[in-house]
Amino acid sequence: MPDPLFAHGVGLAVVVIVLVKVVVAFTVLLVSTMLMVWFERKVISDMQNRIGPNRAGPFGLLQSLADGTKLFFKEDLLPERADRFVFRLAPLLAVVPAFLVFAVIPVGGIVTIAHHTVELQVADPPMGILFLLAMSSVAVYGTMLAGWSSGSKYPLLGAVRASAQMISYEAALGLTVVTVVLEAHSLSTRSIIASQAQHFWQWNVIRLGFVPFAIFLIASTAEMNRPPFDLAEGESELGGGFNTEYSSLRFALFYLAEFMNTITMSALAVTLFFGGPDGPGFHFLRWLWPILWFLGKTTAFCYVQVWIRASLPRMRYDQLMDLGWKRLIPLALGWLLVVAGVNLSAAWGFAIIGGGVLAAGLLYQSLSVGRRRRETVTQPPAARALAGVPLRPVARPGGTGG
Amino acid sequence: MSAPAVLAAATIPDAVTFALAAVICVVGALGVVLMRNPVHSALALVMTLFGVAVLFVEQDAQFLAAVQVIVYTGAIVVLFLFVIMLLGVDRRERVLADTFRGQRVVALVLGLMVLAEVVLLARTRWTTGAHSVAGPLDGPGSNVAKLGRSIFTTYLIPFEVTSALLVVAVVGAVVLARRPGLGEPSGEAPDEADGASPVGPGASGPGAEAADAEAADAAGAGTAESTAGAGAAAGAGAAVTR
Repeated sequence: MPDPLFAHGVGLAVVVIVLVKVVVAFTVLLVSTMLMVWFERKVISDMQNRIGPNRAGPFGLLQSLADGTKLFFKEDLLPERADRFVFRLAPLLAVVPAFLVFAVIPVGGIVTIAHHTVELQVADPPMGILFLLAMSSVAVYGTMLAGWSSGSKYPLLGAVRASAQMISYEAALGLTVVTVVLEAHSLSTRSIIASQAQHFWQWNVIRLGFVPFAIFLIASTAEMNRPPFDLAEGESELGGGFNTEYSSLRFALFYLAEFMNTITMSALAVTLFFGGPDGPGFHFLRWLWPILWFLGKTTAFCYVQVWIRASLPRMRYDQLMDLGWKRLIPLALGWLLVVAGVNLSAAWGFAIIGGGVLAAGLLYQSLSVGRRRRETVTQPPAARALAGVPLRPVARPGGTGG
Repeated sequence: MSAPAVLAAATIPDAVTFALAAVICVVGALGVVLMRNPVHSALALVMTLFGVAVLFVEQDAQFLAAVQVIVYTGAIVVLFLFVIMLLGVDRRERVLADTFRGQRVVALVLGLMVLAEVVLLARTRWTTGAHSVAGPLDGPGSNVAKLGRSIFTTYLIPFEVTSALLVVAVVGAVVLARRPGLGEPSGEAPDEADGASPVGPGASGPGAEAADAEAADAAGAGTAESTAGAGAAAGAGAAVTR
């Protein structure tokens, strides 16, 4: 369904409404990013039994503002070996997609302003959720080019890790999104929340079984390079990762993008799996309740993200790749097939479950064969340690690798 | 149909969008050819692909636009960049020298022939018998629904054959990249690593080994599990860096 705002032609009022939506979304996202930084620091310090920021403003609320000001006035360094153009471009490529993704997220219900039907989201394109995947694939460039253009080793390593990780987990993320799309029969985010709107047991988290949501949560955390998947900036190994050489405002842009992505992914989880702005409302101020429900659910998810960060240790690189390729993607794919089968008929559903169990058994068997073969191939431990993963099980006549 | 007629038929926002996207496409395409640094060329290619995506949206082909960005910018050009960055950019390469004798003359002739062909085909419809599409498709349902229906009903066999082709390509890439029978090129490894300095713009030295290992690492993941192109190129990377 096309955006009802444009149904009767585009007049001055429509243009003004669109502009107001854009400005409001931009401002709210910036301010909530600032609050998110504060929230994360405060929650983590609570969990670690310390006080956290408490000097700037009430409860340290203005701490992010103070930090931002400090970053803004710091010296702007440009490494001598850097590729000047790309070095300047990379932070923008990180931050612009983070802003754009938020445009397709429905933050409230449908209201009427000056006889125009307005959906409370910046844009409702028919490709809706694909726009998210497109933007997250653009976001890879920010990290990758930042690492490469710095002209130094650790950023490059961080960038390689980050982009391999983001590309890998995008597959699992995309498959869970497809599961949701199958159930909603539409790519538009507005239709996706409309399909979950009746009762809370029609929310996708329940309707699709818990698994797609769990995969989405894991894959989106990896996609954002947040702990426990923050190998891209592993301080203890890479001295800060892809943004080591960045300072001042450009560093601030990366920081901004990271926290903005946290908020956007939480909002997206709410949209895809928890009914978006759906929830009980009252008769007075009818437009307000969906917005409050959306904000409440998103905040809850932001809290979950911080909680995950505070409690889980960082994964090793091979563990990360194993989890992504060998567990999440097959599981997401199998679940997608089951959902598709159940959508057709119960018989198809059971048939596909049977097939899935059989395929899982075969996959497990093949993986264990591969593991046994890998153990028989002798390789110098130094090569393994350098590569970070057990090397590929290649039967070599010489017997020495690396 | 001549160009002014097309412009007259479109509304002003359409014409402005088309003009901007066309400029982006052409500038990007020129950049791909003219930039000295391969990374800059790849970025110019991204710019062109974005311009094409905008043109798709302009034609109401929303799904194609999204897939264009996801597949081409998100996967294929990232792969190009991976290979360029990790295998190293030899910036002393003499771009202006002909690799083959008479290369430029042949390229010019072939280019003009392709241009003539495109102009000829764009003005007539004797190849496929179909009108060119300039606007949304008719009938009910969204663009995505129509596309999905035609792929999975009318064009099911070509679609399945294409996916089989891709699988064959992946398997082939893995087989070619592994070369189990050829043994270990261990004596050549240091030279190869020097020749292809894997680190950013103009840097090399200690730490290159670590980068090599990382390259082999990424290549391993690519060879085993990624798409056809990823398998082929990353596998080649593994072959060079070892």
